[in-house]
Amino acid sequence: MADLKKEIEDSLQQYKEAEYQELIQQLRPKPPVVKNALAAFAVGGFICAFAQAINNVIIQTGLPQKEAGTVVVIIMIFLGALLTGLGVYDNIGKFSGAGSIIPITGFANAIVSSAMEWKREGYLFGVAAKMFTIAGPVLVYGILSSVVIGIVYYFLK
Amino acid sequence: MVKILMAFLIGGLICLLGQLIMDLTPFSVTPTHILVAVVIGGAFVSAFGWYQPLIDIGGAGATIPLSGFGHSLAQGAISGAEKNGLLGAIGGGMEATAVGVVGAVVLGYLMALIFNPQG
Repeated sequence: MADLKKEIEDSLQQYKEAEYQELIQQLRPKPPVVKNALAAFAVGGFICAFAQAINNVIIQTGLPQKEAGTVVVIIMIFLGALLTGLGVYDNIGKFSGAGSIIPITGFANAIVSSAMEWKREGYLFGVAAKMFTIAGPVLVYGILSSVVIGIVYYFLK
Repeated sequence: MVKILMAFLIGGLICLLGQLIMDLTPFSVTPTHILVAVVIGGAFVSAFGWYQPLIDIGGAGATIPLSGFGHSLAQGAISGAEKNGLLGAIGGGMEATAVGVVGAVVLGYLMALIFNPQG
């Protein structure tokens, strides 16, 4: 008897949960796709244009393009990390979505913001461990891809 | 000036594509998903030789998005395989991107030391 009662209660609970999930799906606002896409385009484009401008200046000093590209990447990482520390980058990120996530400045932002946030956990398990919350997966799958490509190339060439 | 405009266009388009993937897929796509997808995508597009043309057109517009990091990883692995065989194939990607990765770790760590989260 007790079993039956429990079973009824459980299924009622499940039904309520399913109903609730459905309600959430209906009420959740649809993302403004066009507006988000335009914001991502504008901000992502601006960041890249800015990097290209730095690149053009560095080229003037006579550095070859390959080295200049590396220097630009370092400068952009520095700026992304600095603006995150100052609390500016996350404000840009609020409305530009992928536009501020995908450029390398977004990678720097991911490292600094999670490292900063977990600082109170200490410098080992806080800063050093948590700085790879997002950067870790990126490095892992990036390295895996590179090794797969390298080995396949080695055997196919 | 033309180069800056092209960087704006190509870089903007890559970010727009990422944003559309975030908004139009039914399951929730986090920034981590997007970054990982862009790096893997960039690496394999580059392996087929299709990323270099994008850099020729867009310059920083193609190297600054993380797909450019994937491109460097893939091209590093390929040129490593050419020069040093199997060992080069394994280490080449990291070798080519070492300065960027070290830069991100060191600068990220320093900034996290200096600043505290707002609010």
